Amino acid sequence: MIGVLQFPGSCDERDALDAVRRIGEGRLVWHEETDLGGLDGIVVPGGFSYGDYLRAGAIARFAPAMEAVARFAAAGGPVLGICNGFQVLCEAGLLPGALLPNEGLRFICRQVELVAEAFGGPFGAELSAGERLSVPVKHMSGRYFAPDDELDRLEGEGRIAFRYAPGENPNGSVRDIAGVTNGAGNVLGLMPHPEHAVDPLTGSDDGLALFRALAQAPHTAAA
Amino acid sequence: MSAVSESRHRELGLTDFEYERITELLGRDPNEVELAMFSLLWSEHCAYKHSRKLLERLPTTGERVVMGPGENAGAVDVGGGYAVAFKVESHNHPSAVEPFQGAATGVGGILRDVFAIGARPIAVLDSLRFGELSSERSRYLFEGAVAGIGHYGNSIGVPTVGGEVYFEPPYEHNCLVNAMCVGLARTDEMIRSAAAGPGNLLVIMGASTGRDGIGGASVLASAELEAGDDSKRPSVQIGDPFEESKLLECCLELLERGLLVSLQDLGAAGLTSSAGEMASKGGVGIDIDVARVPLREPDLEPFEVMISESQERMLAVVEPARLDEVIAACERWQTGAAAIGEVTDTGRLRVLQDGVEVGDVPVDALVDQCPLYDLEPAEPAGWMYGNQGTLSEGGPREILLSLLSSPNIASKRWAFEQYDSVVGSRTARRPEAADAAMLMLPESERAIAASIDGNGRRVACDPYAGAVEAVLECAQNLACVGAEPLGLTNCLNFGNPEKPNVAWQLDRAVLGLADACRGLGVPVVGGNVSLYNETEHGPIYPTPVVGMVGELPDPARAPGLAPREGDRLLLVGPFAPSLAGSELAKLRGELDAGLPQPEIGRVAKALAFARELVREGAVSAAHDASDGGLACCLAEMAIASRVGISADLDPLVELRGGSGESCLFGEGPGGLVLAVEERAVEEILRRAEQAGIDALEIGSVKPDRVALSAAECEIAVTVADAARAWHSLGESL
Repeated sequence: MIGVLQFPGSCDERDALDAVRRIGEGRLVWHEETDLGGLDGIVVPGGFSYGDYLRAGAIARFAPAMEAVARFAAAGGPVLGICNGFQVLCEAGLLPGALLPNEGLRFICRQVELVAEAFGGPFGAELSAGERLSVPVKHMSGRYFAPDDELDRLEGEGRIAFRYAPGENPNGSVRDIAGVTNGAGNVLGLMPHPEHAVDPLTGSDDGLALFRALAQAPHTAAA
Repeated sequence: MSAVSESRHRELGLTDFEYERITELLGRDPNEVELAMFSLLWSEHCAYKHSRKLLERLPTTGERVVMGPGENAGAVDVGGGYAVAFKVESHNHPSAVEPFQGAATGVGGILRDVFAIGARPIAVLDSLRFGELSSERSRYLFEGAVAGIGHYGNSIGVPTVGGEVYFEPPYEHNCLVNAMCVGLARTDEMIRSAAAGPGNLLVIMGASTGRDGIGGASVLASAELEAGDDSKRPSVQIGDPFEESKLLECCLELLERGLLVSLQDLGAAGLTSSAGEMASKGGVGIDIDVARVPLREPDLEPFEVMISESQERMLAVVEPARLDEVIAACERWQTGAAAIGEVTDTGRLRVLQDGVEVGDVPVDALVDQCPLYDLEPAEPAGWMYGNQGTLSEGGPREILLSLLSSPNIASKRWAFEQYDSVVGSRTARRPEAADAAMLMLPESERAIAASIDGNGRRVACDPYAGAVEAVLECAQNLACVGAEPLGLTNCLNFGNPEKPNVAWQLDRAVLGLADACRGLGVPVVGGNVSLYNETEHGPIYPTPVVGMVGELPDPARAPGLAPREGDRLLLVGPFAPSLAGSELAKLRGELDAGLPQPEIGRVAKALAFARELVREGAVSAAHDASDGGLACCLAEMAIASRVGISADLDPLVELRGGSGESCLFGEGPGGLVLAVEERAVEEILRRAEQAGIDALEIGSVKPDRVALSAAECEIAVTVADAARAWHSLGESL
């Protein structure tokens, strides 16, 4: 059973739940829930949690459910943060770096090409290095940033999961980075929306791989 | 109750005649609270006093209609126990004063109209009009309105899937921002707004009530804009999409659990209008105690509470036994809720303050007794608007490139990339991927298509023909993806109806809408009227904006704009291009009154034929000849194909007469370009002939160039050059 977090102001939680259900079972997890027992994986979905009026993800990281997600992740449970979810995971310190306002200072919604890097953990296992995925982005603050020495370290540790294909970087992300993992590889955050790439009729189904990874990851968490 | 000063009603926009009528209806002079309420509900915006008689001409019934005009939104049956609700509404004057918030709250308002009937919003389309982009003010308004639409729609998680923008000088001082929302509901869970059950409670939900937007509808929407209107900023409401997101989810949950008797959004004229309409529709009375309304600031006067246009509020009727459950659900969604009054059997809207009566008016007088006015139309002597030629001399190739880069025709990618078009996982055709947006409805195992259109310049040339064309254009867009129209919503944006020439435009345009709807068999299920779009510089182009929703059985078969290499191109329909009112006539400064009269029946027949072909899976790409004529239509398909197109329009020149230039760049309804496989051509042409439908083979998809010829005209331009011109909009911003 995969849990999809729902904060007030979430937008893509139903889409993520639908994506999960194409592979296995799923349910919404209300932001006040603290018991994630019985869940095999977590999606922190996109949207504008709590309106994002302060700074994207800055309030959601304090939601009761996020403390439970931190415990779940620490126990090795797979967590996928998408867009606002990626921002929340960075704010919560579960992933390195930060998401800054787009270089063009405008919201941008566009289909982009991603290139998978060689990376570890359950998500990396579903993809081969160099694989290309067509997935939409839609965000106002998606410019990935971390200091150079931190980026060197992340690259050295194989923690860059996705880069925008050459010429496709929509927001000015440093080193074209679109997604990163934590040290153990069980927490992945990315700005593009794999849940909006699960059906060729709506664009592509390249995003299904990440939901497959979530469903197939061994249930190690004791949340 | 103290009487108010003699001239107060004039300051509030009521005529002496109207004031006398109010006095008669009440049997006494109104007090301040009552006068404020009347001034708003008897404004043009709320009472449709100059347009209601005209609107009676529109056909509103059909076997698929679930809800017609009069409810918060119209709705049509889409099978499987589901209905699609939709409505378009204007937010013109607020956007002219403050474009970001004006446009944002326009989206917020139309979303509330749709979830007020129990439908989950699944798409937004918008229709925008500004002055020329060479004007700094127009660029500011355009950028602000686009950002505002994005801000609200993106944050609340409803995709913006389509829209259109025109830039014309008459909108320089009065821009138009129309937003349309499409929602999906289980038919048996839909709810009406009629209040019922004396003793039931009136519950206000959502945001608290402040001074924002006091008199917005009467101040901004029912009078002409004047210089120095920056001082009207306090009349513009501020949007909070996060509040609305919580309110939306909360309302849908309450409806699903069957906890509400009726529901209504608070829009123009706030509580007065919502409570008045709910009581009127239910044939009941309502008591409201303003002291029980949660306030944003402490010292609001009773009349201010009654007319505040604070956003993100809804009004519900709840059985007393259900109140606790309703309040608990609102608390869970972290949104406000308070019982502020009750339904009575008095037929009166009573306003109390801590139990003491401060206003008391018959609901019927407030809602239904506003005097209706007859228009006094007079046809103008000729072209009422100016001409500003901007096109330097050049051959057909230069004309094509100028048209493709004209902001009216150029790709609007700059704008629509600022909108989330994919949230909800229904969007099977994103903006500019096909002529109509397409949304999947797995619930009823089919798909719907939606389109919005209304070329004001052509309506200005001939209000009747132009309005007919707006309806036909939407139907053409739908036919291109194989969709059959189910219903239509419209927003009538016009100047001051008290002026005879504007009255004539309004009269002729509504007649055109009515005839086109009857000809296509499409009912009008709702709409909005925005008059007084006029400044000291004159009226806007008369702009009836038409939004249409249709259904199709198989989204996988719906063509986009991009044909495949080797495809043959057919022109289907009674398309008889003319330069009158065209984009080229505008660029040359040759606009004049008059358009050819459209043949609605022949267009309808051609669309049914095209729809059939699309549904058979025989069509790989489809696009209608619209702004910039066939030349731009073909160039856009060539750009989308990334291949190229070669076409010879001589058969069209032969069939219709006219010059090569008018066949290339002339405009008019009823022309669809369909891309089909070579081996299918003969059979399709034979079927068309049998059905009495004009169909011509005009070209094919061939690499590298857009190569067009028509009589004396030859055009050859590389696809790359055409694409560069078409994608140039962002450069002017």
